[in-house]
Amino acid sequence: MMGAVYTETVVYTAPPAFERDVPYQVAIVTLDSGERVTGRIEGVRVKIDDRVVLSETRDGVPFFRKSE
Amino acid sequence: MRPVAVVGTGKTRFGVFPDRNLRSLAVEAGLKCLEDGHVKPSQLEAFFLGNFAGPSFVGQNHLAPYVSNALGIHDVPATRIEAACASSGSAFFHAVSAVSAGLYDVVMVAGVEKMTSQPTSRVTEILASAGDCDGEIRAGSTFPSLFAMIANRHMHDFGTRREHLAAVAVKNHANGALNPDAHLRKVITLEQALAGKPVADPLNLYDCSLISDGAAAVIVAAADRAGDFSGKPVRILGVAQASDYLALDQKADITTFPAVKAAAEKAYDMAGVEAGDIEFGELHDCFTIAEIIALEDLGFVPRGQGGPCSAAGYTARDGAKPINASGGLKSKGHPVGATGVAQICDVVQQIRGEAGERQLARHSLGLAQNLGGSGATCVVTILGEI
Repeated sequence: MMGAVYTETVVYTAPPAFERDVPYQVAIVTLDSGERVTGRIEGVRVKIDDRVVLSETRDGVPFFRKSE
Repeated sequence: MRPVAVVGTGKTRFGVFPDRNLRSLAVEAGLKCLEDGHVKPSQLEAFFLGNFAGPSFVGQNHLAPYVSNALGIHDVPATRIEAACASSGSAFFHAVSAVSAGLYDVVMVAGVEKMTSQPTSRVTEILASAGDCDGEIRAGSTFPSLFAMIANRHMHDFGTRREHLAAVAVKNHANGALNPDAHLRKVITLEQALAGKPVADPLNLYDCSLISDGAAAVIVAAADRAGDFSGKPVRILGVAQASDYLALDQKADITTFPAVKAAAEKAYDMAGVEAGDIEFGELHDCFTIAEIIALEDLGFVPRGQGGPCSAAGYTARDGAKPINASGGLKSKGHPVGATGVAQICDVVQQIRGEAGERQLARHSLGLAQNLGGSGATCVVTILGEI
Protein backbone atom coordinates (compact mmCIF):
# COMPACT_ATOMS: atom_id res chain seq x y z
CA MET A 1 0.00 0.00 0.00
CA MET A 2 1.40 3.38 -1.03
CA GLY A 3 0.65 6.96 -0.12
CA ALA A 4 2.04 10.45 0.36
CA VAL A 5 2.94 12.23 3.59
CA TYR A 6 0.25 14.84 4.41
CA THR A 7 2.07 16.01 7.55
CA GLU A 8 4.61 14.68 10.05
CA THR A 9 6.45 15.33 13.28
CA VAL A 10 9.27 13.85 15.33
CA VAL A 11 8.24 13.20 18.94
CA TYR A 12 10.79 13.86 21.71
CA THR A 13 8.51 13.84 24.78
CA ALA A 14 6.33 10.73 24.91
CA PRO A 15 3.93 8.90 27.23
CA PRO A 16 5.38 5.96 29.23
CA ALA A 17 4.32 3.38 26.59
CA PHE A 18 6.41 5.09 23.90
CA GLU A 19 9.35 6.46 25.90
CA ARG A 20 11.70 3.70 24.70
CA ASP A 21 11.07 4.74 21.06
CA VAL A 22 12.00 8.43 21.46
CA PRO A 23 12.72 10.18 19.15
CA TYR A 24 10.23 8.69 16.69
CA GLN A 25 8.41 10.04 13.65
CA VAL A 26 4.61 10.09 13.36
CA ALA A 27 2.89 11.01 10.10
CA ILE A 28 -0.56 11.37 8.61
CA VAL A 29 -0.44 9.60 5.27
CA THR A 30 -2.88 10.10 2.41
CA LEU A 31 -3.14 6.63 0.89
CA ASP A 32 -3.53 6.32 -2.86
CA SER A 33 -7.13 5.22 -2.15
CA GLY A 34 -7.73 8.73 -0.76
CA GLU A 35 -8.10 7.57 2.86
CA ARG A 36 -5.94 9.23 5.52
CA VAL A 37 -4.31 7.29 8.35
CA THR A 38 -1.97 8.17 11.20
CA GLY A 39 1.03 5.91 11.44
CA ARG A 40 4.71 5.63 12.31
CA ILE A 41 7.66 6.13 10.01
CA GLU A 42 10.55 3.64 10.06
CA GLY A 43 13.98 4.25 8.58
CA VAL A 44 14.92 7.63 7.13
CA ARG A 45 12.91 10.71 8.13
CA VAL A 46 10.27 11.82 5.67
CA LYS A 47 8.82 15.24 4.88
CA ILE A 48 5.49 16.48 3.52
CA ASP A 49 4.68 15.11 0.02
CA ASP A 50 7.27 12.29 0.25
CA ARG A 51 6.00 8.97 -1.12
CA VAL A 52 5.82 6.19 1.48
CA VAL A 53 4.99 2.50 1.42
CA LEU A 54 3.31 0.44 4.16
CA SER A 55 5.89 -1.96 5.57
CA GLU A 56 3.80 -3.62 8.28
CA THR A 57 0.93 -3.18 10.73
CA ARG A 58 1.73 -3.82 14.41
CA ASP A 59 -1.05 -3.79 17.06
CA GLY A 60 -3.27 -1.94 14.61
CA VAL A 61 -0.66 0.74 13.90
CA PRO A 62 0.53 1.13 10.30
CA PHE A 63 4.31 1.51 9.88
CA PHE A 64 5.49 3.22 6.68
CA ARG A 65 8.89 3.73 5.13
CA LYS A 66 10.09 6.11 2.46
CA SER A 67 9.58 4.71 -1.00
CA GLU A 68 12.66 4.76 -3.24
CA MET B 1 -34.12 33.81 24.88
CA ARG B 2 -33.46 36.44 27.54
CA PRO B 3 -30.27 38.44 28.15
CA VAL B 4 -27.70 37.06 30.60
CA ALA B 5 -24.81 38.66 32.50
CA VAL B 6 -21.70 37.66 34.43
CA VAL B 7 -22.18 39.09 37.95
CA GLY B 8 -19.13 37.70 39.73
CA THR B 9 -15.71 36.17 39.03
CA GLY B 10 -13.04 34.44 41.12
CA LYS B 11 -9.76 32.66 40.37
CA THR B 12 -6.92 31.00 42.18
CA ARG B 13 -3.38 31.72 41.15
CA PHE B 14 -2.23 29.19 38.54
CA GLY B 15 0.92 27.20 39.25
CA VAL B 16 2.34 24.14 40.99
CA PHE B 17 0.70 23.66 44.39
CA PRO B 18 1.79 20.33 45.92
CA ASP B 19 -0.03 21.07 49.20
CA ARG B 20 -3.42 21.80 47.61
CA ASN B 21 -6.02 19.27 46.47
CA LEU B 22 -8.52 19.71 43.65
CA ARG B 23 -11.39 20.60 45.97
CA SER B 24 -9.51 23.28 47.88
CA LEU B 25 -8.56 25.02 44.60
CA ALA B 26 -12.16 24.96 43.32
CA VAL B 27 -13.50 26.14 46.68
CA GLU B 28 -11.05 29.06 46.79
CA ALA B 29 -12.16 30.22 43.32
CA GLY B 30 -15.83 29.72 44.20
CA LEU B 31 -15.61 31.68 47.48
CA LYS B 32 -13.78 34.57 45.76
CA CYS B 33 -16.50 34.55 43.12
CA LEU B 34 -19.35 34.65 45.66
CA GLU B 35 -17.62 37.53 47.42
CA ASP B 36 -16.98 39.42 44.18
CA GLY B 37 -20.62 39.06 43.07
CA HIS B 38 -22.09 39.61 46.56
CA VAL B 39 -24.02 36.37 46.09
CA LYS B 40 -24.93 33.93 48.86
CA PRO B 41 -24.57 30.18 48.17
CA SER B 42 -28.29 29.78 48.95
CA GLN B 43 -29.15 32.09 46.03
CA LEU B 44 -27.57 29.74 43.48
CA GLU B 45 -30.03 27.52 41.62
CA ALA B 46 -27.51 25.24 39.88
CA PHE B 47 -23.79 24.45 39.79
CA PHE B 48 -21.84 23.47 36.69
CA LEU B 49 -18.25 22.23 36.88
CA GLY B 50 -15.82 21.96 33.99
CA ASN B 51 -13.14 19.34 34.60
CA PHE B 52 -11.20 17.29 32.09
CA ALA B 53 -9.56 14.42 33.92
CA GLY B 54 -9.94 14.59 37.70
CA PRO B 55 -10.43 10.80 37.84
CA SER B 56 -7.07 10.24 36.06
CA PHE B 57 -5.07 13.09 37.62
CA VAL B 58 -6.22 12.70 41.24
CA GLY B 59 -8.44 9.61 41.35
CA GLN B 60 -11.63 11.46 42.31
CA ASN B 61 -14.96 11.09 40.55
CA HIS B 62 -18.39 12.63 41.21
CA LEU B 63 -16.68 15.98 41.20
CA ALA B 64 -19.52 18.51 40.91
CA PRO B 65 -21.25 17.83 44.26
CA TYR B 66 -17.78 17.12 45.78
CA VAL B 67 -17.01 20.80 45.12
CA SER B 68 -20.42 22.47 45.38
CA ASN B 69 -21.32 21.14 48.82
CA ALA B 70 -17.95 22.26 50.16
CA LEU B 71 -18.93 25.73 48.90
CA GLY B 72 -22.18 25.63 50.86
CA ILE B 73 -24.25 25.08 47.73
CA HIS B 74 -26.72 22.35 48.72
CA ASP B 75 -29.71 20.54 47.19
CA VAL B 76 -29.50 22.09 43.70
CA PRO B 77 -28.36 20.26 40.54
CA ALA B 78 -24.55 19.95 40.44
CA THR B 79 -23.19 18.67 37.13
CA ARG B 80 -19.70 18.02 35.76
CA ILE B 81 -19.05 18.64 32.08
CA GLU B 82 -16.05 17.18 30.22
CA ALA B 83 -14.90 18.45 26.83
CA ALA B 84 -11.11 18.12 27.07
CA CYS B 85 -9.49 21.59 27.30
CA ALA B 86 -12.88 23.19 26.58
CA SER B 87 -14.53 21.55 29.61
CA SER B 88 -15.31 24.75 31.50
CA GLY B 89 -16.04 26.69 28.31
CA SER B 90 -18.66 24.06 27.61
CA ALA B 91 -19.93 24.21 31.21
CA PHE B 92 -20.25 28.00 30.76
CA PHE B 93 -22.13 27.55 27.47
CA HIS B 94 -24.62 25.13 29.07
CA ALA B 95 -25.08 27.32 32.15
CA VAL B 96 -25.73 30.44 30.07
CA SER B 97 -28.10 28.51 27.82
CA ALA B 98 -30.10 27.30 30.83
CA VAL B 99 -30.37 30.80 32.32
CA SER B 100 -31.18 32.29 28.94
CA ALA B 101 -33.94 29.72 28.44
CA GLY B 102 -35.46 30.70 31.80
CA LEU B 103 -34.63 27.48 33.64
CA TYR B 104 -32.66 29.33 36.33
CA ASP B 105 -31.98 32.96 37.30
CA VAL B 106 -28.61 32.60 39.07
CA VAL B 107 -26.01 29.82 38.64
CA MET B 108 -22.32 29.24 39.29
CA VAL B 109 -19.93 27.80 36.72
CA ALA B 110 -16.51 26.67 37.92
CA GLY B 111 -13.57 24.98 36.27
CA VAL B 112 -10.71 23.14 37.94
CA GLU B 113 -7.76 20.89 37.19
CA LYS B 114 -5.08 19.51 39.48
CA MET B 115 -2.36 18.25 37.12
CA THR B 116 1.00 18.51 38.80
CA SER B 117 0.75 15.54 41.14
CA GLN B 118 1.61 13.30 38.15
CA PRO B 119 4.99 13.08 36.36
CA THR B 120 5.17 14.74 32.91
CA SER B 121 5.09 11.45 30.99
CA ARG B 122 1.85 10.42 32.76
CA VAL B 123 0.37 13.93 32.20
CA THR B 124 1.24 13.54 28.50
CA GLU B 125 -0.60 10.20 28.47
CA ILE B 126 -3.70 11.60 30.22
CA LEU B 127 -3.85 14.60 27.87
CA ALA B 128 -3.48 12.27 24.87
CA SER B 129 -6.74 10.56 25.89
CA ALA B 130 -8.51 13.64 24.51
CA GLY B 131 -7.40 12.47 21.05
CA ASP B 132 -8.80 9.49 19.13
CA CYS B 133 -7.35 6.56 21.09
CA ASP B 134 -8.11 4.00 18.35
CA GLY B 135 -5.94 5.63 15.68
CA GLU B 136 -3.69 8.61 16.21
CA ILE B 137 -2.96 8.01 19.89
CA ARG B 138 -2.22 4.29 19.44
CA ALA B 139 0.36 5.32 16.84
CA GLY B 140 2.24 7.35 19.47
CA SER B 141 0.76 10.81 18.95
CA THR B 142 0.85 13.20 21.88
CA PHE B 143 -0.96 16.52 22.05
CA PRO B 144 2.18 18.49 21.23
CA SER B 145 2.74 16.15 18.28
CA LEU B 146 -0.78 16.70 16.92
CA PHE B 147 -0.26 20.46 16.99
CA ALA B 148 3.26 19.97 15.60
CA MET B 149 1.73 18.19 12.60
CA ILE B 150 -0.75 21.07 12.25
CA ALA B 151 2.15 23.56 12.43
CA ASN B 152 4.18 21.71 9.80
CA ARG B 153 1.26 21.67 7.39
CA HIS B 154 0.50 25.38 8.08
CA MET B 155 4.17 26.18 7.37
CA HIS B 156 4.02 24.11 4.17
CA ASP B 157 0.76 25.68 2.90
CA PHE B 158 1.23 29.31 3.93
CA GLY B 159 4.95 29.88 4.51
CA THR B 160 4.50 30.29 8.26
CA ARG B 161 7.92 30.33 9.92
CA ARG B 162 9.46 29.15 13.20
CA GLU B 163 10.05 32.84 14.06
CA HIS B 164 6.29 33.49 13.77
CA LEU B 165 5.54 30.76 16.32
CA ALA B 166 8.23 32.13 18.62
CA ALA B 167 6.77 35.65 18.38
CA VAL B 168 3.53 34.35 19.95
CA ALA B 169 5.47 32.88 22.87
CA VAL B 170 7.51 36.07 23.39
CA LYS B 171 4.36 38.24 23.39
CA ASN B 172 2.39 36.00 25.78
CA HIS B 173 5.33 35.71 28.18
CA ALA B 174 5.68 39.52 28.19
CA ASN B 175 1.98 39.84 29.07
CA GLY B 176 2.05 37.11 31.70
CA ALA B 177 5.03 38.72 33.41
CA LEU B 178 2.61 41.53 34.40
CA ASN B 179 -0.05 39.14 35.73
CA PRO B 180 0.33 38.45 39.46
CA ASP B 181 -1.78 35.28 39.13
CA ALA B 182 0.24 33.80 36.24
CA HIS B 183 2.08 30.49 36.57
CA LEU B 184 5.28 31.60 34.80
CA ARG B 185 6.06 35.31 35.11
CA LYS B 186 9.11 35.37 32.92
CA VAL B 187 9.98 37.62 29.98
CA ILE B 188 11.72 35.68 27.19
CA THR B 189 13.61 36.80 24.08
CA LEU B 190 13.04 35.61 20.52
CA GLU B 191 16.40 33.79 20.68
CA GLN B 192 15.34 31.92 23.83
CA ALA B 193 11.98 31.04 22.30
CA LEU B 194 13.71 29.61 19.25
CA ALA B 195 16.20 27.58 21.27
CA GLY B 196 13.85 25.72 23.64
CA LYS B 197 14.17 21.99 24.24
CA PRO B 198 12.45 20.11 21.38
CA VAL B 199 9.09 18.51 22.29
CA ALA B 200 7.63 17.52 18.91
CA ASP B 201 9.29 19.05 15.86
CA PRO B 202 8.85 21.99 15.04
CA LEU B 203 7.46 22.77 18.53
CA ASN B 204 9.78 23.26 21.48
CA LEU B 205 9.08 23.82 25.15
CA TYR B 206 8.35 27.54 24.56
CA ASP B 207 5.61 26.69 22.06
CA CYS B 208 3.72 24.64 24.65
CA SER B 209 1.34 25.82 27.36
CA LEU B 210 2.10 24.94 30.96
CA ILE B 211 1.07 22.01 33.13
CA SER B 212 -0.67 23.81 35.98
CA ASP B 213 -2.97 23.51 38.98
CA GLY B 214 -5.75 26.04 39.30
CA ALA B 215 -9.42 26.91 39.36
CA ALA B 216 -11.76 29.66 38.21
CA ALA B 217 -15.43 30.46 38.76
CA VAL B 218 -18.08 32.84 37.49
CA ILE B 219 -21.68 33.55 38.49
CA VAL B 220 -24.10 33.95 35.62
CA ALA B 221 -27.49 35.61 36.11
CA ALA B 222 -30.49 36.78 34.14
CA ALA B 223 -29.63 40.37 33.15
CA ASP B 224 -32.76 41.74 34.84
CA ARG B 225 -31.59 40.19 38.13
CA ALA B 226 -28.01 41.48 37.80
CA GLY B 227 -28.92 44.63 39.74
CA ASP B 228 -29.85 42.51 42.80
CA PHE B 229 -26.15 41.86 43.33
CA SER B 230 -23.64 44.57 43.97
CA GLY B 231 -20.95 43.25 41.61
CA LYS B 232 -20.21 45.00 38.33
CA PRO B 233 -22.17 43.00 35.77
CA VAL B 234 -20.87 42.36 32.26
CA ARG B 235 -23.23 41.34 29.44
CA ILE B 236 -22.88 37.99 27.65
CA LEU B 237 -23.67 39.17 24.14
CA GLY B 238 -23.10 35.83 22.42
CA VAL B 239 -21.96 32.32 23.31
CA ALA B 240 -21.79 29.27 21.06
CA GLN B 241 -20.29 25.80 21.08
CA ALA B 242 -19.47 23.66 18.05
CA SER B 243 -17.87 20.27 17.40
CA ASP B 244 -15.76 18.32 14.91
CA TYR B 245 -13.89 14.99 14.56
CA LEU B 246 -11.41 14.11 17.31
CA ALA B 247 -8.86 12.59 14.91
CA LEU B 248 -6.79 14.90 12.74
CA ASP B 249 -6.68 12.26 9.99
CA GLN B 250 -10.48 12.55 9.60
CA LYS B 251 -10.30 16.26 8.78
CA ALA B 252 -10.10 17.49 5.19
CA ASP B 253 -7.73 20.32 6.13
CA ILE B 254 -5.86 20.47 9.44
CA THR B 255 -4.73 24.11 9.06
CA THR B 256 -8.18 25.38 10.06
CA PHE B 257 -10.64 24.38 12.78
CA PRO B 258 -14.23 24.16 11.48
CA ALA B 259 -15.57 24.11 15.06
CA VAL B 260 -13.92 27.47 15.76
CA LYS B 261 -15.41 28.99 12.62
CA ALA B 262 -18.88 27.58 13.35
CA ALA B 263 -18.90 28.71 17.00
CA ALA B 264 -17.56 32.16 16.05
CA GLU B 265 -20.14 32.64 13.32
CA LYS B 266 -22.98 31.83 15.73
CA ALA B 267 -21.57 33.98 18.53
CA TYR B 268 -21.04 36.97 16.22
CA ASP B 269 -24.57 36.53 14.94
CA MET B 270 -26.06 36.40 18.47
CA ALA B 271 -24.09 39.48 19.50
CA GLY B 272 -24.84 41.36 16.27
CA VAL B 273 -21.16 42.16 15.78
CA GLU B 274 -18.43 41.30 13.28
CA ALA B 275 -14.89 40.12 13.84
CA GLY B 276 -13.61 43.63 13.14
CA ASP B 277 -15.70 45.06 16.00
CA ILE B 278 -14.03 42.88 18.67
CA GLU B 279 -11.52 45.02 20.58
CA PHE B 280 -9.50 42.30 22.32
CA GLY B 281 -9.49 38.58 22.94
CA GLU B 282 -8.38 35.72 25.14
CA LEU B 283 -7.59 32.91 22.69
CA HIS B 284 -6.73 29.27 23.32
CA ASP B 285 -2.94 29.25 22.86
CA CYS B 286 -2.40 25.67 24.07
CA PHE B 287 0.41 25.79 21.50
CA THR B 288 1.73 28.85 19.65
CA ILE B 289 0.36 27.56 16.34
CA ALA B 290 -3.12 27.33 17.91
CA GLU B 291 -3.17 31.10 18.55
CA ILE B 292 -2.05 31.76 14.97
CA ILE B 293 -4.83 29.59 13.51
CA ALA B 294 -7.43 30.99 15.93
CA LEU B 295 -6.66 34.51 14.66
CA GLU B 296 -7.48 33.27 11.16
CA ASP B 297 -10.55 31.17 12.04
CA LEU B 298 -12.10 33.97 14.12
CA GLY B 299 -11.72 36.29 11.13
CA PHE B 300 -9.27 38.65 12.87
CA VAL B 301 -6.68 38.22 10.07
CA PRO B 302 -6.83 36.72 6.56
CA ARG B 303 -6.19 32.97 6.11
CA GLY B 304 -2.49 32.18 6.28
CA GLN B 305 -1.59 35.58 7.75
CA GLY B 306 -1.72 34.62 11.45
CA GLY B 307 2.05 34.13 11.63
CA PRO B 308 3.24 37.35 9.95
CA CYS B 309 0.58 39.40 11.79
CA SER B 310 1.73 37.97 15.14
CA ALA B 311 5.37 38.79 14.35
CA ALA B 312 4.39 42.33 13.29
CA GLY B 313 2.85 43.20 16.67
CA TYR B 314 -0.81 43.13 15.57
CA THR B 315 -1.74 41.13 18.70
CA ALA B 316 0.49 42.94 21.23
CA ARG B 317 -1.08 44.90 24.11
CA ASP B 318 -0.57 48.11 22.11
CA GLY B 319 -1.44 46.46 18.78
CA ALA B 320 -4.61 46.70 16.70
CA LYS B 321 -6.12 43.55 18.28
CA PRO B 322 -4.55 42.70 21.63
CA ILE B 323 -4.65 38.93 22.25
CA ASN B 324 -4.01 37.19 25.55
CA ALA B 325 -3.20 40.26 27.64
CA SER B 326 -3.45 37.84 30.60
CA GLY B 327 -0.42 35.90 29.34
CA GLY B 328 -2.60 33.19 27.82
CA LEU B 329 -2.25 29.49 28.47
CA LYS B 330 1.44 29.87 27.61
CA SER B 331 2.37 32.05 30.58
CA LYS B 332 -0.73 32.35 32.78
CA GLY B 333 -0.90 28.55 32.80
CA HIS B 334 -3.29 25.86 31.56
CA PRO B 335 -5.02 23.87 34.29
CA VAL B 336 -7.06 22.25 31.53
CA GLY B 337 -10.53 22.18 33.10
CA ALA B 338 -10.20 25.69 34.53
CA THR B 339 -9.08 27.42 31.34
CA GLY B 340 -12.44 28.24 29.69
CA VAL B 341 -13.87 29.97 32.75
CA ALA B 342 -10.53 31.64 33.51
CA GLN B 343 -10.64 33.21 30.04
CA ILE B 344 -14.12 34.59 30.84
CA CYS B 345 -12.74 36.00 34.12
CA ASP B 346 -9.88 37.69 32.23
CA VAL B 347 -12.18 39.26 29.63
CA VAL B 348 -14.56 40.47 32.37
CA GLN B 349 -11.64 41.97 34.29
CA GLN B 350 -10.59 43.96 31.20
CA ILE B 351 -14.15 45.16 30.52
CA ARG B 352 -14.48 46.29 34.14
CA GLY B 353 -11.17 48.17 33.77
CA GLU B 354 -9.58 46.19 36.61
CA ALA B 355 -6.61 44.62 34.82
CA GLY B 356 -3.95 46.82 36.43
CA GLU B 357 -0.71 47.01 34.45
CA ARG B 358 -2.24 44.83 31.71
CA GLN B 359 -5.27 47.11 31.24
CA LEU B 360 -5.94 47.67 27.55
CA ALA B 361 -6.82 51.04 26.03
CA ARG B 362 -9.94 49.70 24.27
CA HIS B 363 -11.80 47.27 26.50
CA SER B 364 -15.57 47.47 25.99
CA LEU B 365 -16.03 44.43 23.69
CA GLY B 366 -14.00 41.24 24.21
CA LEU B 367 -14.00 37.64 22.98
CA ALA B 368 -12.97 34.36 24.59
CA GLN B 369 -12.16 31.28 22.48
CA ASN B 370 -11.77 27.93 24.26
CA LEU B 371 -10.62 24.91 22.23
CA GLY B 372 -10.94 21.24 23.21
CA GLY B 373 -8.48 18.65 21.98
CA SER B 374 -7.13 19.28 18.51
CA GLY B 375 -10.31 21.15 17.59
CA ALA B 376 -13.16 18.71 18.31
CA THR B 377 -14.88 21.21 20.63
CA CYS B 378 -14.84 24.98 20.55
CA VAL B 379 -16.69 27.55 22.63
CA VAL B 380 -16.68 31.22 21.63
CA THR B 381 -18.05 33.88 23.98
CA ILE B 382 -18.51 37.59 23.33
CA LEU B 383 -18.75 39.87 26.36
CA GLY B 384 -19.48 43.57 26.53
CA GLU B 385 -20.39 46.43 28.81
CA ILE B 386 -23.96 46.43 30.15
